[in-house]
Amino acid sequence: MSKRIDVTDLNVYYGKFRAVEDVTMTIEPKSVTAFIGPSGCGKSTLLRTLNRMHEVINGATVEGEVLLDGENLYGPGVDPVRVRRQIGMVFQRPNPFPTMSIKENVLAGITLNNARLPAARKDEIVENSLRGANLWEEVKNRLDLPGSGLSGGQQQRLCIARAIAMEPEVLLMDEPCSALDPISTLAIEDLIGQLKNTYTIVIVTHNMQQAARVSDTTAFFNIAGTGAPGKLIEMGDTDKIFSTPDLKVTEDYISGRFG
Amino acid sequence: MTRPVTHETVTESGDQGGPGVQATAADDKRRVGDSVFRLLATGSGLTILVILALVAAFLVIQGSPALLAPAETLKTQGYGEFAAWVAPFAFGTVWAAILALAMAVPVAIGIALFISHYAPRAIAQPLGYVIDLLAAVPSVVFGLWGTSVLAVATQPLYLWLNTHLSWIPFFGGQASGTGRTILTAAVVLAVMVLPITTSMCREVFLQAPRLHEEAALALGATRWEMIRMAVLPFARPGIVAAVMLGLGRALGETMAVAMVMSGGRNITFQVLTSNNPNTIAATIAQNFPEAFGLKTNQLVAAGLILFLITLVVNMLARWIVARRAEYSGAN
Repeated sequence: MSKRIDVTDLNVYYGKFRAVEDVTMTIEPKSVTAFIGPSGCGKSTLLRTLNRMHEVINGATVEGEVLLDGENLYGPGVDPVRVRRQIGMVFQRPNPFPTMSIKENVLAGITLNNARLPAARKDEIVENSLRGANLWEEVKNRLDLPGSGLSGGQQQRLCIARAIAMEPEVLLMDEPCSALDPISTLAIEDLIGQLKNTYTIVIVTHNMQQAARVSDTTAFFNIAGTGAPGKLIEMGDTDKIFSTPDLKVTEDYISGRFG
Repeated sequence: MTRPVTHETVTESGDQGGPGVQATAADDKRRVGDSVFRLLATGSGLTILVILALVAAFLVIQGSPALLAPAETLKTQGYGEFAAWVAPFAFGTVWAAILALAMAVPVAIGIALFISHYAPRAIAQPLGYVIDLLAAVPSVVFGLWGTSVLAVATQPLYLWLNTHLSWIPFFGGQASGTGRTILTAAVVLAVMVLPITTSMCREVFLQAPRLHEEAALALGATRWEMIRMAVLPFARPGIVAAVMLGLGRALGETMAVAMVMSGGRNITFQVLTSNNPNTIAATIAQNFPEAFGLKTNQLVAAGLILFLITLVVNMLARWIVARRAEYSGAN
């Protein structure tokens, strides 16, 4: 259920503008990897290349390799739609489908793959996914009500349930707590701690305490200036990055001297 | 909006109790502008209601002699008993509009989706302009085109449909020799309805939240699945509104129908014959020049029926839009 990601010499472009330059990294399975860095350093862009969501934007292109357990996601003949079915994504702002009920939202991805599941199997998936997202107890009596009626934190957990219902190999999270209050943030962070037993998790965050709390590995990105591409500066064990990083610039960033 | 309040002004006007919040001449001037604008806006809003009320009053007052006249009088001085006379035209109006929408709406949604989600920007924009340009063609031109080009061109097709598919009730009966049938009229209406329906659909499709489109794509939806998951449900009220706008135009259209076909008081679902149901609008236009007295009143009363049909259609649309409001993308 959980696979390893190897990124090799990855360059990411918006049209002619190079947003990310020469990134090479390894993301271990069943662990949480955090991407940190100042705004515009390309960490969200890089995250979106890991499930080929980057190319959804007009003129966006990618050079280099992303291997999922040795299989190149950008190889010839690879269908981005199939890639996205294996690699789940949670976005910055909660985005449950407003026209669907809570139950339909959880099953949204499943029905794309396989519309003819028996009702009992569907109910099982809904319950397991919502339990997995720590949301079951709160919504079990209103599964047929619209998902948009939930609070922001609940909506975000619904989106996580929707993603894990697909039993993905990897779960990508793009600042999943930035639109949430501290209590909801705590709930999501606890959840991340549980999910890493099953999934490979990559999380982009602006909140360095959050990176320190939830991640096993931290990757620090930076840009030389406006218009310059983002680069991977340093990557290592979270404990090490936050206590004795190798580079001065990393230390400056995590100690709040810039960014 | 905020005026700088210096320390001096505070101490100076301190005795008066309200330093810095005292209205100045500039404030008063702004208030005047405010109320003038409110008056204008309210006035415009009221005007539309007044116009609507006046139209309704005209229809009721001028039509009531025919509505109140005994059937015997209408038979001699009018066009015959009112309900029996107007019913086929009401049917023709709705039937022609339904046929037109059945053809126009799928095409309009298709074009709108192509422009909003499929076409590269270089093609999408010009295509949008061309569609909007269709709306600028006068209906009499569409009517001419319908009679002299479309009817002639489609006649062989109608014959073929009539010969091979006459087991479908719509295509039964004796096929028209001229091609000037209600189906031709409906095609012309469909072309006329297309621009308004397409541009409105395009607008709502473009407004579909990026957030939900990405959610669908990230779940592994193909482009079409993404549209079905995130765009169409969001756009549903807008599509209904667009269809209703188109329906409004199709129901009231006169020239195109009057020029393409010579309808009568026929209630039939057969679309290929020479016995076509006429529409209310075309009937009024065709008969009004020679009408006098009670006949005029009867035509106005028919107009009232058309007015009511349009009203009911619009209310129906409102109801459809409101029915699942809590699921709409608005929240």
